[in-house]
Amino acid sequence: MIKKELFFKGFKSILKPDSPAIALGCCFIAIGALLKNIGFNIQESIFSTMLIYALPGSLVMAESILVGASLLSIFIAVWFVNARLYPMAVSLFPLMMDEKQPKWKYYLSCHFIAVSAWLIMKSNYETIEKKDRVDFWIGIGSATWSVAVVSTILGFYLSDYLNKDMLMGLAILNPIYFTCMLVGAMKTIQVSLSVILGGILGPFFYFFSPEWSILLGGLIAGSISYLIGEKNVN
Amino acid sequence: MSINILLSIIVTSLATYISRFLGVLSSVRIKETSKIFRWFNCLAYATLAALIARTIIFPVGALSDASYLSRILVVLLSLGIFFVTKKNFVYPTVFSAVAMSLINNYF
Repeated sequence: MIKKELFFKGFKSILKPDSPAIALGCCFIAIGALLKNIGFNIQESIFSTMLIYALPGSLVMAESILVGASLLSIFIAVWFVNARLYPMAVSLFPLMMDEKQPKWKYYLSCHFIAVSAWLIMKSNYETIEKKDRVDFWIGIGSATWSVAVVSTILGFYLSDYLNKDMLMGLAILNPIYFTCMLVGAMKTIQVSLSVILGGILGPFFYFFSPEWSILLGGLIAGSISYLIGEKNVN
Repeated sequence: MSINILLSIIVTSLATYISRFLGVLSSVRIKETSKIFRWFNCLAYATLAALIARTIIFPVGALSDASYLSRILVVLLSLGIFFVTKKNFVYPTVFSAVAMSLINNYF
């Protein structure tokens, strides 16, 4: 099954002083408050964070419910906004594929792919043997996922006490944390260019198509950075 | 639970899981040393940067009420703190939340 020591090593990685637990927690406190404001009850709020566990997806769902969108349009909008999870999975799971590990571990634990867990795994995987990495990953994922669920509950009940300025403070925390993490990950030409060009092209394409801006910006910025990086290495 | 909210949650979670699941299926045949892996690595970082930049510049939810100038100011100051504190993640993050609340409260 799952190696306990590896699982707990992963689980404990969110206790490090520079862990994303605080930023992640604050975001989901904001989500919990938002869900309550649009009419979710506590069970629905918990259920949605457990099953979705992707912040932009939850935001799109909340907006869509507010404007009374159809289920099909919710599906397409969420699929678009969360399609970034595909390249994130493809740039993470090959690092932990091992033939001796059962497939179900991979199929279930892919649910944990989200920015925070992905960034922790990306900066720590080299310290873990390849055959054990999936257990370590399940530990990280369970920890970040639990933080998200607990914070949603907190946010739901705290929402009456949070004013607009406090919610604004909570909302900026997450992008700032991820900006710092991305800037900190800029160690190779390819990653540095990807981050800089992605940051420019994402908002740029928003002027032409808000729905496609992230995917288009990411695809074009990532591909240019890849080509420039490959050329420089060769 | 109302049916509509429940169905919306299920539809949203399915739409989210698809990308994760397809990613794992594709990963089986991709080696970590291959070119395609490096390409996808670039795509992942670029898409994340695009998402975060968009969240700051064209926000939805609570942040959309904050002025453009205040958002940019908080980002720049936080990045400054990030470098001054030798790339510590916690100081700029905590600072950003406090600064954002204060700026919008007083200005």
